[in-house]
Amino acid sequence: MAISAALGEAPVVVAAPMSYWRTVRWRLAHDRATLLAGGVLALIVLSALLAPWLAPYDPSAGSIRLRLAPVGAPGHVLGTDEQGRDMLSRLLWGGRMTLVAGLTPVLVAFVLGAGLGVAAGYVGGITNTLIMRTMDIFYAFPAVLLAIAISGALGPGLANTLISLSIVFVPRVVRVAESATVQVKSLEYIAAARASGAGVRAIVRHHLLANVLGPILVFSSTQVSLSIILAAGLSFLGLGVTPPAAEWGLMLNTLRQSIYVNAVVPALPGLAIFVTSMAFNLLSDGLRDAMEIRG
Amino acid sequence: MLGLRKHFPLRGGVLQRTQAWVRAVDGVSFEVAPGETLGVVGESGCGKSTLARLLLRLIEPDAGRVAFDGEDVRAASASRMKRLRRDMQLVFQDPYASLNPRLTIEDTVAFSLLVHGTPRAEARERARALLGRVGLDPRLYGRRYAHELSGGQRQRVNIARALVLDPRLLVLDEPVSALDKSVQAQVLNLLQDLKAERALTYVFISHDLNVIEYVSDRVLVMYLGEVVETGTAEALAQAPKHPYTQALFASSPSMDPDHRMDRLPIVGDPPNSIDPPSGCRFRTRCPFAMPRCAEKPPRLVPVSVTHEVACYLYEAEPAALA
Repeated sequence: MAISAALGEAPVVVAAPMSYWRTVRWRLAHDRATLLAGGVLALIVLSALLAPWLAPYDPSAGSIRLRLAPVGAPGHVLGTDEQGRDMLSRLLWGGRMTLVAGLTPVLVAFVLGAGLGVAAGYVGGITNTLIMRTMDIFYAFPAVLLAIAISGALGPGLANTLISLSIVFVPRVVRVAESATVQVKSLEYIAAARASGAGVRAIVRHHLLANVLGPILVFSSTQVSLSIILAAGLSFLGLGVTPPAAEWGLMLNTLRQSIYVNAVVPALPGLAIFVTSMAFNLLSDGLRDAMEIRG
Repeated sequence: MLGLRKHFPLRGGVLQRTQAWVRAVDGVSFEVAPGETLGVVGESGCGKSTLARLLLRLIEPDAGRVAFDGEDVRAASASRMKRLRRDMQLVFQDPYASLNPRLTIEDTVAFSLLVHGTPRAEARERARALLGRVGLDPRLYGRRYAHELSGGQRQRVNIARALVLDPRLLVLDEPVSALDKSVQAQVLNLLQDLKAERALTYVFISHDLNVIEYVSDRVLVMYLGEVVETGTAEALAQAPKHPYTQALFASSPSMDPDHRMDRLPIVGDPPNSIDPPSGCRFRTRCPFAMPRCAEKPPRLVPVSVTHEVACYLYEAEPAALA
């Protein structure tokens, strides 16, 4: 046609358009709040990972004489807890537990939930009914209640906490995955792929997942903070991590009575939970904005 | 394509029992000759898009037969179907929903080739060549995403995707309805050029009579899932027989001041296709409705060699014949 012919003769200066993922990266790199959240998160994860080397004391070794030392006490930068254990060391070690308890269930839920949800949405019919109604049974209970019930039945311990939290989060992810799949499935480009003779596997791989995994990933990332809080809550109730292991929720629980003696030290694990979940929330917000397709 | 019929079940209630059937396409029969452009025209909701999907076996008909080169498409095995799909392609109506937002347009066009086992480099090369042919310089647009293009450009991608498998039949489902008038003309001309160049056969679906008249050799007028009239484009434009076709032509604005609309062509909305009127489906809005229209649906009767109409106005009263 005339237009392309004219362009063909002129020396074409091709400004390479950015690929989708490069655009996403560029947007993330220019989003200050997200960068900050990411930085904070990186610090928290790093400090948790390096706890064995960073922690000045053994997290479970206490000293009766030094109970509830205030923040800034000599030798104990963040004070000590009700058994005289160093708070900084316990917070560092506790971060490992809390992060594992926060991230693992969401990761499990992302994989299982995306699989089940996409299958339910794409196959439809009786498969959809079976999967979705089963999920509804779990969904009918409030998250906290369900987590407590399952943990209570399984007994305390980190592994059981992970199992019960995974069960809490799978149905949520399935729902999002299913509705995203149903929505995308009805779009004409899926019909076009079918008309071109593509099989189910090719369609799901190239046309469906690419458009569905983004929203599922963003949704899952919003659940991380909830998972951290729930895990902490379970420990608080004595259903999660068992003492003397350090975990932020558990620390909050054991320090609860000491709040009248020293208000700052018992608030520290709570602050840690707050900052971590906040950072996860901001990061997932940023991710959502960056992954949005703008026309 | 014979006696094509699609009834959609309308489900509801807790137990998902079928409560009613939407008669989207009801006993539509027609043939398309190679190299021909068959226009399909009708109001929105009359089953045009359903027809397109039935032709390509994207949905299965409840009754009837689609034959391509004499071969029953419904009877084709999975592998045979895959081969058949290369011969018949569809251009979609919505230039926004019909392109995958995560694929570059080059990959969008090349995808069909990859599905049929073309090596990646060759597929890409052919996709780029075809993009150039439909008026999108592959160096400028090949690596772009659909959302970076205008509606007309997207529709060109849509056309390129349909053509990349070298089909013989192209079903165009309202290919220009979503575009501006000026862009419509460009895309229509492109389609006409491509047709001549590649000896294509078109089934061109539209609600726009001007467009249909411009591109079609023969026209099929649909009303509520049924064919009410078929004939050559000229015959229909000059002497529409069915009251519905007449009303359609009367309702398209005329450039000639002597041919102003003197009466309102048709009033009201089409009846519900879940529960269509008995007998002739158009009778509820027809100015010439007679008592017998309610009794039995009229058959398509020839008024000339190439012109058929389903209306009792053109069918002799059986009593009169006896």
